Amino acid sequence: MVSRTIDRATAVRQALAAVMDPEIPVVTVFDLGIVREISADGRRVTITPTYSGCPATAAIEADIRRALATAGLEETQIAVRLDPAWTTDWISAEGREKLHAYGIAPPSPRAAAACPRCGSPDTEEVSAFGSTPCKALWRCRACAEPFDRFKCH
Amino acid sequence: MPASPLFAYALRLGDDALVLGQRLGEWCGNAPALEIDLALANLGLDLLGQATFLLGYAGELEAGGRDADKLAFHRDVMDFTNCLLVEQPNGDFARTLARQFLFSAWRLPLFEALAGSKDEMLAAVAGKAVKETAYHLRFSREWVVRLGDGTEESRARMIDGLDWCWRFVDELFEADAVTEALAGVAPDPASLRPAFDAEVDRTLAEAGLERPPVRRPVVGGREGRHSEHLGHLLAEMQFLPRAYPDAQW
Repeated sequence: MVSRTIDRATAVRQALAAVMDPEIPVVTVFDLGIVREISADGRRVTITPTYSGCPATAAIEADIRRALATAGLEETQIAVRLDPAWTTDWISAEGREKLHAYGIAPPSPRAAAACPRCGSPDTEEVSAFGSTPCKALWRCRACAEPFDRFKCH
Repeated sequence: MPASPLFAYALRLGDDALVLGQRLGEWCGNAPALEIDLALANLGLDLLGQATFLLGYAGELEAGGRDADKLAFHRDVMDFTNCLLVEQPNGDFARTLARQFLFSAWRLPLFEALAGSKDEMLAAVAGKAVKETAYHLRFSREWVVRLGDGTEESRARMIDGLDWCWRFVDELFEADAVTEALAGVAPDPASLRPAFDAEVDRTLAEAGLERPPVRRPVVGGREGRHSEHLGHLLAEMQFLPRAYPDAQW
């Protein structure tokens, strides 16, 4: 017979897997690398904010708290860790694919971004700042569509 | 009880970020183009985030029950210890960008040094802020070059903007009892000057501009002696939480 009880850390992980970024609702807090650690006993979750002033940070923390409460895990402590600073290197391969499919060019150290719509490398930066702190505004010269690009950070 | 030097230091860095963030917010909806509007609001948000960490830390150090909000909204003008540069009015777009450039060119080497501080919290906040500040510097220096090397009009405005801000530069590099008490925790302010000068000279050369004429430096912000402009800024920023202390989002 399969045991129906799962350990607390697994339950916490499952609850958090459903928490999406409020501004980019296709990626989870795991995809973005915001959840750094779940303690072995499942009693503490450690998260790292992305940009110092990202307004989504408070919303994400509230969403995490809500998801844990819904799963009956409201006793879980949420610790915020600043160091080491969050970096776009922590966005998972799956997260990058989801961003791309959503129309956002994932972060890359290359100078030019490939257009997430038509794939053309013939693109240009319109503005180093976009609709959220994490994105820059780009345009594709081939299909003429504007797109967001996740900034390397 | 006199405030500890570390509290005073976290407070002044937090005040710098808070006041400049508020100034940049004044451009929201007024900037010359949508992209610039977004950019200045984004810069302001980064600074507001840094202010939240720094003032929150100051509140913890003080252990007197004041959190970041309390420190931001319930102190009067003479209790603010930001540098005078950040409280200067926005003026035109060129002056705002001149102010941003000079501030970021000082703040970047400061955060790079603080990232290695033996104070763990300051090091963590600075380590995060260094990336944001590098972006602010890149953005503002590009505008100094574009306006300086642009039309006769844009060039004249950038010269005016730099000239207006220049008298507030020396204050950034002044040591006082607070920085002297924090050897190993905070860098000697004077040690940041060579990096600042190199950035200014490189950018001005690219913009085809000269250094502004030397002016009598104006100082006093770190001691709470401010220009008349800060009180007006605070009146707007602090109105709501003071008038409606229990207001919630």
